[in-house]
Amino acid sequence: MSKTAFPPAIKSRPVYGVLEPRPGAVHLVVADGEGAGAVTDMLAKAADRAGMLAAMHIIYTPGPNGTDQTAMLAALGAKQCYRAPTIPTLLPRLTRVLSDAHMGTQFYLAGTEGLIGQAERDIMATGFPHHDIQKEHRGSTVRRVQCVHCKGITENVATDPFVCSHCGLSLFVRDHYSRRIAAFQGVNIDAEDPGQVPPPVVRFT
Amino acid sequence: MSGGAKLKVRVAEVVNVNDMIKRFRFVSLDGSPMPAFSGGAHTVVEMDDDGVRRLNPYSLMSDPEDRSAYEISVRRDDAGRGGSLFMHRHVTPGLQMEISYPVNLFPLDTRARKHLMIAGGIGITPFLAQIAQLTHFGGRFELHYAARSQALGAYMDRLTAAHPAQVHCYFDDQGQVIDLARVLSMQPIGTHLYVCGPKGMIAWVLSTATSLGWPEKALHHEEFLAPGTGMPFQVDLAATGKTITVGTNQSLLEAMEAAGVDAPYLCRGGACGQCETNVIACDGAILHRDHWLTADEHAAGRKIMPCVSRFEGKSLTIDR
Amino acid sequence: MSLDFNLGAFNDYFRNETFRDDFTYANSPAGIRRFPFPFDRDDYMYSVNMEPHVPGRKGSVFEHAFDVDEHYVSEMIDRAKVLASDPLRCQSLPHMTLAGWDLLELIMEAKARDYPQWFTLTKDGNRWHWINRPLGIDHHFTFLDDSTLPYGPFEYITRQTQGDFTLQDERDNDLWMDAGMVTSQADWSLDFDIGMSFMEWHAPVPLAHEKGIFDRALKFLLKLQHGAPVRRFNWTMTVNPLLDTAPETYPVWGPTKTSLTPENLGQKQHLRVELQALFRLPRSNAIAFSIRCYLGRFEELVTIPKWGRRLHRVIRDINPDVAAYKGFLRNRDAMVAWLAGYDDGAPTSPGFWPED
Repeated sequence: MSKTAFPPAIKSRPVYGVLEPRPGAVHLVVADGEGAGAVTDMLAKAADRAGMLAAMHIIYTPGPNGTDQTAMLAALGAKQCYRAPTIPTLLPRLTRVLSDAHMGTQFYLAGTEGLIGQAERDIMATGFPHHDIQKEHRGSTVRRVQCVHCKGITENVATDPFVCSHCGLSLFVRDHYSRRIAAFQGVNIDAEDPGQVPPPVVRFT
Repeated sequence: MSGGAKLKVRVAEVVNVNDMIKRFRFVSLDGSPMPAFSGGAHTVVEMDDDGVRRLNPYSLMSDPEDRSAYEISVRRDDAGRGGSLFMHRHVTPGLQMEISYPVNLFPLDTRARKHLMIAGGIGITPFLAQIAQLTHFGGRFELHYAARSQALGAYMDRLTAAHPAQVHCYFDDQGQVIDLARVLSMQPIGTHLYVCGPKGMIAWVLSTATSLGWPEKALHHEEFLAPGTGMPFQVDLAATGKTITVGTNQSLLEAMEAAGVDAPYLCRGGACGQCETNVIACDGAILHRDHWLTADEHAAGRKIMPCVSRFEGKSLTIDR
Repeated sequence: MSLDFNLGAFNDYFRNETFRDDFTYANSPAGIRRFPFPFDRDDYMYSVNMEPHVPGRKGSVFEHAFDVDEHYVSEMIDRAKVLASDPLRCQSLPHMTLAGWDLLELIMEAKARDYPQWFTLTKDGNRWHWINRPLGIDHHFTFLDDSTLPYGPFEYITRQTQGDFTLQDERDNDLWMDAGMVTSQADWSLDFDIGMSFMEWHAPVPLAHEKGIFDRALKFLLKLQHGAPVRRFNWTMTVNPLLDTAPETYPVWGPTKTSLTPENLGQKQHLRVELQALFRLPRSNAIAFSIRCYLGRFEELVTIPKWGRRLHRVIRDINPDVAAYKGFLRNRDAMVAWLAGYDDGAPTSPGFWPED
């Protein structure tokens, strides 16, 4: 079970595990923020740590809360270790790596839901089964939310309700999650009673 | 109705493929087109073997877009319970038979970037239909096909002629073995693997792939179990109030059917789950032989798959 | 080649009506009698309630695999309007094209067989000729060749067929909703849900998961065989005869829920019944799910005394979580008050048929 304790939720809400070393010709790690700790914990369990690092490619970016553990990951001595400044700058590198990856590649995703979800989406697009991509949540619980009305995605949502960054509607945040979009669903909260928007509450930190 | 919708067919042709394998061609009795199907599907063929009703699943090997007929290939099993022997000895052109609508327990994952197929012996049959379907609708594939000898390598000629770059053949009697580790290491991300053949081969392929980091959900296999033989045993059927005896060469499902109990089924090979039955009381050991129930369910002993599983002990009561 | 409609045929049968703006939709007296009233007893809870989709009572909505009724032409015009304003309501993931052809074949063969006066399908090998007289369509195309149709096969045929459709791909002992035509949905988003597994897209439904309903339903559907379709009912409530109650446009139609008064309730409140049919498709091994929506105005339904009594009792006694999920909790008491006038307390006969 994940170290982050999430409240009970509906069945479309992702659940996260704990990264475990698995056999593979290449170990591709995608992480952000506190996810770096999940990577070092996983390596500590590896029977052949040096062998694993010699076949490991780490792609990392700081978390939405500013946590930056690049130095810790760089010190591991992986075959490749790259720091992207943001998630949007990280993703093109992942796509390039996937373009000529082979079966036998092991995927490890760690950190916030926004990072894990978007990396999973891009790996899935190759035909690789999402079920077999390892995912461990660490750090911030802010959410990536799609507005069901205008389809715009608002990153790092902390409050419920919140204002859609694209169309300006007030949205409540559901636990319903789309792996294809890598986002939770936001629905207009005052559709039936326009103007009656409850004050926002911080639900995701 | 148990077993689902049926097709009434006539045997149009029987062909000796080699010493062990015969091919059967079925056309519809009323001349209407056969339903299209998906590569990997099987049909359950119903046989009347001198009063004994046998129902065996066989993979459809013909082109799924050929609506004029279905074709299956049957390997003779001299030590088996008699289904394949009946097909070889008694099924001749002109015979009217009933077969089930196609059911697919071995489908291609059509999102895959590439399909890697590994066949042993008669396990080639589902791949023949899948390759025909991929040829019509697009899709990359690579086939590795092992047979005991060149003479027993059914359909190798037509496969290599049609797909020389995709098909690789191996012969046991020439000491040829698939270099599995190398084949598995060469596949682009998003490849799915399918294996059909003898039990040992399936286990070898799956364990090798897993040890090389292949994901569980990209590994697909099909293995029909013959119901197998065993000691006779007695079963109480709680719902119908009958007590039946299952003979040595009979499955529990067949014994229920012989007693006039209409029990559900589809594949009759321990794979589909349709015949799952609750165990009400059991003083003895259930000999689970199916792929459907989980290991925990096997251990718990509260369910049985009557198509393949048997019983040894004092008494067994099931909910039928 | 386009799919522009050329209307005019059979105008004496197909109603000219709207599902938006002035809402002129209505059922004829015969249409009321064949309405698929979903309650076969005086209370309601979720159940798997599947039965074989075999031809039913003559004249009923079960008579044919794909029911074509007096609303056909107007519903297809409404669908075209929805798609013009939001093309994301019809999507098919790339691997679902073959399943789209399977569905096209299934629907064309069924309609040409069941309604020869309206639809004709002629085949010469894979060269097919399709005539849809009510919509004024006459097309020659090549079966299994996408380039010969103005839309993909799935969109082409579902622009000509009443009801929403989804296509489920079967993988890993699960069903994945990988294509959909959804313009008359009960408040769920195809764009968001496409690609989800069976449990995921049903995740927001309350209570039913705990009861194991979806576990049993999925097990049942995985064994669905070609040639043996099944059907079930679902239902909800809609204010105004609005087919397209999409979450996308919720801010537009949501306020109408507050427009009910005791005076207009019988006229504005509609029981929305989904007749869901499931078909295993031959070439793709996918499962087609047709979700056909029938709208019955409360005033129309209570003209059948048995239905008036029963609807009152069902809505009065329903679990509030179910009413909230179906989106009518805020109007439930008003509905019960209005319906009470049509419930004299007399017993009702089992089953949903109006006269039995």
